Amino acid sequence: MACIEAHDLRKTFGTTVALDGVDLRVEEGGIVGLIGPNGAGKTTALNAMLGLIPYQGELKVQGRDPWHERARLMRDVCFIADVAVLPRWMRVGQALDYVAGVHPRFDRARAEALLANTTIKRSSKVREISKGMVTQLHLALVMAIDAPLLVLDEPTIGLDLLYRKHFYDTLLSDYFDRKRTIFLATHQVGEVEHMLTRVLFMDRGRIVFDRGMEEVESSYAEVAVHPERLTAARALGPMHEREGFGRRILLFHGVTRLQLESLGEVRTPSITDLFIAVVGGRAGAAPPATT
Amino acid sequence: MPLATRSAPRPLYWSVRRELWENRSIYLAPLAVAALALIGFVIRLAWLPGRMRVAAALPPMQQHHALAEPYSFVATLLMATTSVVAVVYCLDAFQGERRDRSVLFWKSLPVSDTTTVLAKASVPFVILPLLCVAVAWATHLIMLVLSSIALLASGMSAALPWTEMSFVRMSGLLLYHMIAVHALWYAPIYGWLLLVSAAARRAAFLWALVPPLAIWLVERIAFNTSYFAAMLQSLLVGGAEAHVMNSPGNVLDPMTTHVTPGAFVSSPGLWIGLALAAAFLAMAVRLRRQQGPV
Repeated sequence: MACIEAHDLRKTFGTTVALDGVDLRVEEGGIVGLIGPNGAGKTTALNAMLGLIPYQGELKVQGRDPWHERARLMRDVCFIADVAVLPRWMRVGQALDYVAGVHPRFDRARAEALLANTTIKRSSKVREISKGMVTQLHLALVMAIDAPLLVLDEPTIGLDLLYRKHFYDTLLSDYFDRKRTIFLATHQVGEVEHMLTRVLFMDRGRIVFDRGMEEVESSYAEVAVHPERLTAARALGPMHEREGFGRRILLFHGVTRLQLESLGEVRTPSITDLFIAVVGGRAGAAPPATT
Repeated sequence: MPLATRSAPRPLYWSVRRELWENRSIYLAPLAVAALALIGFVIRLAWLPGRMRVAAALPPMQQHHALAEPYSFVATLLMATTSVVAVVYCLDAFQGERRDRSVLFWKSLPVSDTTTVLAKASVPFVILPLLCVAVAWATHLIMLVLSSIALLASGMSAALPWTEMSFVRMSGLLLYHMIAVHALWYAPIYGWLLLVSAAARRAAFLWALVPPLAIWLVERIAFNTSYFAAMLQSLLVGGAEAHVMNSPGNVLDPMTTHVTPGAFVSSPGLWIGLALAAAFLAMAVRLRRQQGPV
């Protein structure tokens, strides 16, 4: 069974098209990154998957229809929304009691163990602790839920560097402890690219790029071209060209490394560069050389 | 199967508990009012022996009124308090969680919208009426014990307050009144307020008042009638008339009030109101499902 299966998923808000026919299949296991600029439709797509908004088209998450079976689905899916949404009046102990009381898959001992690594006091109210600590608390609650799918929407927005690192370290060690699928939407590409197993680019309501990270590494290459080899390099049909360190840097798809090595230094492009090449080009922001 | 070792989830129970965590005024307000009433009553005790001597000379009915009055007054005060708490609670019930975006957290857990609406509705329909009765009961008991001590200390018999106030009957009458009027007859009012809270993005209080006013206005101008206003009036005061027959005096005084549960359950107004309340709550469930943060 696929974890997430969407076919021609559409959503409009008034005249604004937020999802313009999304087709997606996510198998169990793996860390999938949904990358897109602001307003690309990432949050709308996640909200549809979490049963928070109605939609047109077909959508199954963990084999269920999110809009009609949200409460049941939430036993198998846990999510952290884009900003701190833990109720500010709640005490840490109350949050543990409540989730333990309503969630059949919540392991309280695990949540307590995760909180023991922090300075969060059981008697503190959410409003009294820092934003980073609220995220740690939320993460501890979610990590203690043994659900096959974890959905994160810009989980580290507004956090400082240390908390971000801690967040992703916790996430990653949990992922290796027990295989579950993590579906992560963000526009902070740099901090997640090393952990992804698959990357999706979203732009203007559509998935415009969908590759496994192995495929990215094997079939995309970036070359800092020697100036005298530029014409030869351009003849190979780069998908994107930019300036960097005094050299033209060309991004190729499906050209063997052997062919490229004579042109300059070859390396695997970062997700950011790939993103700019794919989405930046579509947005018309890329230099004319790409067309 | 590790799941079996964990206790079965009880979403409704924990949803109600979380309402009490968030809205501590549900129990603090009646307790504070009871505490104030007791302070006033203790001061009043200084004059109790003298009052009793004067009362002894009065005709039985006046004697009864003089002695029972503080008790029914305290009960009325607590009823008014819980009603205000219920209205304030209902108007914020769904708007509050959307305003602070915590609705995204609540919806990330396996608790259905129906369970959430029922948990929130249980506050005005079940918890506040029962709490009112319990606090009134405890306050009355303390008042009776304090009176007895004051009377015994001045060498008088402590029996009269107990017989005149008839503790058990007043408690029973209060319980009946809270269930009949506050939980059942006023159900459409609380249902409406909860619905408005689920629908309105802001200013729930205004949205609660505007539609009834608009209907009244249109009816008044178009037909020069006021059936709707009469309906609202019967909703606000009709319950008190339908569930008891009382001679002038406080509705909570068992000496002057006779309960008429038969007439109450057979009054069409009650059933129309309950049907409306159910419809309002069903609409609130739909809105809770659709509405995101504001």
